[in-house]
Amino acid sequence: MEHIVIIGNGIAGVTAARHIRKLSDKKITIVSAESEYFFSRTALMYVYMGHMKFEHTQPYENHFWEKNRIDLVNGYVAKVNTQEKSLQIDDAPDLSYDKLIIATGSKPNKFGWPGQDLDGVQGLYSKQDLELLEQNAPNNKICKRAVIIGGGLIGIELAEMLRTRDIPVTFLVRETSFWNGVLPKGESEMINEHIREHHIDLRLGASLKEIVSNGNGKVKSVVVKETGEEIECNLVGLTAGVTPNIDFLKDSGIELGRGVKVNRMLETNVKDVYAIGDCAEQHEPIGNRRPIEAVWYTGRMMGETLAQTICGNPMEYKPGQWFNSAKFLDIEYQTYGWVFSEIRKKENETHFHWRHPKEKICITIAFDKDSETVLGINTFGIRLRHEIFDRWLSEKRTIDFIIEHLQDANFDPEFYKRYETMIVSKYNSEFDKSINLKKKNLKRIFQIA
Amino acid sequence: MSTYNKSMALTGEPPKSLSISQKLAVFLGTLGLGILLLAIFNVSFPNKTLWLTASLSAMTIGIVWFSWDAYSKKIPGIKNDGVWFKSISSRGLWGWIAGLALTGFYIVLYFYPEYLGLVSDGDNKGVIALFDPLSKLLNGNPASQWFVYGTLYTVAILAFGIKFLWKYRHNRYEKLRTFSVMFFQTGFAFIIPELMARLNGHKILDGGNLPYYDLKNIWPLNYYNFEGYRIKMFLSSGEIGFALLIFGILSIFVITPILTYKYGKRWYCSWVCGCGGLAETAGDSFRQLSDKSTFAWKVERWVVHSVVVFVTLMTTAVIYSYLGTDTSKYWLTKSTFLIGVAVLLTLVFGWAMIFKRDQLQKDAQYGAIGYFVIIIALIGFHFFSGDGEIFLFKSGTLRKSYSFLIGSIFSGVIGTGFYPIFGSRVWCRFGCPMAAILGFQQKLLSRFRITTNGGQCISCGNCSTYCEMGIDVRAYAQKGENIVRASCVGCGICSAVCPRGVLKLENGPLEGRIDSNQVLLGNDVDLMTLVNKK
Repeated sequence: MEHIVIIGNGIAGVTAARHIRKLSDKKITIVSAESEYFFSRTALMYVYMGHMKFEHTQPYENHFWEKNRIDLVNGYVAKVNTQEKSLQIDDAPDLSYDKLIIATGSKPNKFGWPGQDLDGVQGLYSKQDLELLEQNAPNNKICKRAVIIGGGLIGIELAEMLRTRDIPVTFLVRETSFWNGVLPKGESEMINEHIREHHIDLRLGASLKEIVSNGNGKVKSVVVKETGEEIECNLVGLTAGVTPNIDFLKDSGIELGRGVKVNRMLETNVKDVYAIGDCAEQHEPIGNRRPIEAVWYTGRMMGETLAQTICGNPMEYKPGQWFNSAKFLDIEYQTYGWVFSEIRKKENETHFHWRHPKEKICITIAFDKDSETVLGINTFGIRLRHEIFDRWLSEKRTIDFIIEHLQDANFDPEFYKRYETMIVSKYNSEFDKSINLKKKNLKRIFQIA
Repeated sequence: MSTYNKSMALTGEPPKSLSISQKLAVFLGTLGLGILLLAIFNVSFPNKTLWLTASLSAMTIGIVWFSWDAYSKKIPGIKNDGVWFKSISSRGLWGWIAGLALTGFYIVLYFYPEYLGLVSDGDNKGVIALFDPLSKLLNGNPASQWFVYGTLYTVAILAFGIKFLWKYRHNRYEKLRTFSVMFFQTGFAFIIPELMARLNGHKILDGGNLPYYDLKNIWPLNYYNFEGYRIKMFLSSGEIGFALLIFGILSIFVITPILTYKYGKRWYCSWVCGCGGLAETAGDSFRQLSDKSTFAWKVERWVVHSVVVFVTLMTTAVIYSYLGTDTSKYWLTKSTFLIGVAVLLTLVFGWAMIFKRDQLQKDAQYGAIGYFVIIIALIGFHFFSGDGEIFLFKSGTLRKSYSFLIGSIFSGVIGTGFYPIFGSRVWCRFGCPMAAILGFQQKLLSRFRITTNGGQCISCGNCSTYCEMGIDVRAYAQKGENIVRASCVGCGICSAVCPRGVLKLENGPLEGRIDSNQVLLGNDVDLMTLVNKK
């Protein structure tokens, strides 16, 4: 029986394992040093905040793995020998494989800052990071202030987490506005306001010069590069992005860039070795996507795709329309298609932006200046129906069509206040149009004749 | 390697204790409760109206003040910080103390009301006497233990309802739903039946007496609705009495299926029902304690459906026992009644088997078992019943065991007493025959579903954790599959706590409602077709 070994029990590896089991009777082994069972990485924050216990982050009951004949090995893969097709594992016997899937995810970026390895300096990615945070910042007596470096999704999550324990947080963001490499101006500014509303000391245009030691190997303070200000703190959160976790592959003969280089079949340069998820790097980026996509959803999609290939149904990784979501403190964010920030925007991309006069709710629709085809949408504080937007993007609908049918796409809970009328009237006055909003139509939404 | 660490310890540390305001609020509420406790131990209060008002106000203000301090100063949003760190909401010491205290209260209430001061022939004493003035004001009679319970129950729903309204003030679905349960509890369960009691003996009832009737309490939750004494009372109370009896029958056979078809069973379980009302308000802090394991689900299905079989048999036996045999006196006789029940059950069962077989899958076998148990029992009734006896038991015995096991122990002592241990919906999930029947309708014939938003689920587990019915919502959401479950009461909290906007409770066309092939997880269409191949 063919033996499939998967390194890493995150969403990519586990999805691959589940789908291989669905399609075949192959022997499957998952090796992980991080945790005994698969858990949802994105939910770690809720454990620290007390919304959930760690066991609640595990999507499958413990008996699931044995029932589905997926063997779990707890150990750290020290070396991959692609000639002999075997793995050398710390704390566990060596393992030989017929096919190997590398799904080892990421690790927090460290850019060589002075003091970056001091006690009290950490990232937030793994279960061990969470345990460390529980030691470094259990309460505001031990952690009198935390400084977070890097204004991205993990940074704002870490800030939210620490605030639930009343720990004062200073948030150093290198950009002039939060996440404005990704978000357009109006949205980014709204999030700035929301961060400050949560009593987080947000410093824009501020980057890290060095982390100062207290003389005993512990962090004492950080120094801001732009101002030279020294901020005393007990915790430094490094959240300036992540990088593939592939150091153990250095001498394996597998081609590496920033990540494990793969083709569209998710194959590496070595036969029978594949890479999926955060650690995989496409030779050529797919469409507007980045060559390394460190996103939950893409990890899952690569797992589904590779399972087909491995089970005798060779298949390229062909992600559909781009989508993503996040939650910034209390504000939910969803995106479908591509809306670029002013920094990355192409010449023909025009934006229509609407923001609620009082509430922290806004939307941005990006469309092509000439053809008026919609390129993508961002919403904050409004939920959208994935299926509808996916369909509209695939059908290359125009902005007029989408504005007219906006009610069909709304996914907010029943009885919520609706903003389509306000959005449409702003659109009409801004672009000198006279669109009439269509009523929500179940037949259109569910595509029934 | 930073991620290499064998330590498995994950200790949460309580972030903060209560604020000063919250401590004062707890103190005030405890004072209010203290007055009731003193009354139980027969401390005599000179001015009962004054002390009862003081007690109820202190408890209400205590709860409202606490909630105001906890939520009103914060930015609207999900307020679950520290839920699993607090002793009361994570089965800690306070959880167990509260559980034992509540359980004790229910045991005294159901089985030893004399300790609360109930005196059947004479003036009440103790805490029941304290409620006499309010009872006399509403229905003209001295209080009973049930009046005391009803009042406290209503106060709990109102006060904790306000807490819930503050907690979810960003969510209009939750707000409207909470207003609704507060309204139905105060109006329908509390004030209207008490006022109706004032009509007793009045000429518009032809001088008859109406039974105590909470109009929203539908058979089989209200398992005693068709008992002989109640039927007599209905029938002796003129047109109003007759109308109420007809309403009771229409409620379960007509109104319920229509509303459940249109909106799912939530119209009842989380918008109207009193048990649901208490669970959603006073029980909200405990919703996360429900058991999500597949084992618990299995137990749930066996237990709750057995209760349905039990209540159907019991009610049939009770009605059978007081019907006559002479068709010339009254058209409905023992035999026609049994045949009627058998025909109705056969129609329902036949319809489900023929048209909904694919949706029932394995459950169909269990349904068949339940059906045949009932039919054989009905035949048994007919052939083996002697005078006043049904089958082997007296119908009274069957009724008494149901009332003791299900009505008292299950719905009260375990269902509510164990809130802080098993979560707030133990009764609704494992015991309530009404919920089971509505669930059957919801699963097979309803427009309601929780739609999963394509591929946006990140498997975080908030939805499953906060599902009071113990549904593993995530198991469906992460597959891109809609959630159509018999037990879902439509409280909407899974949708509220979802950080990625994945879940939406909605009523839509039956077509494609359960169909898991509608998945859209983000891959291109070819792959999805393959993934969907079963």
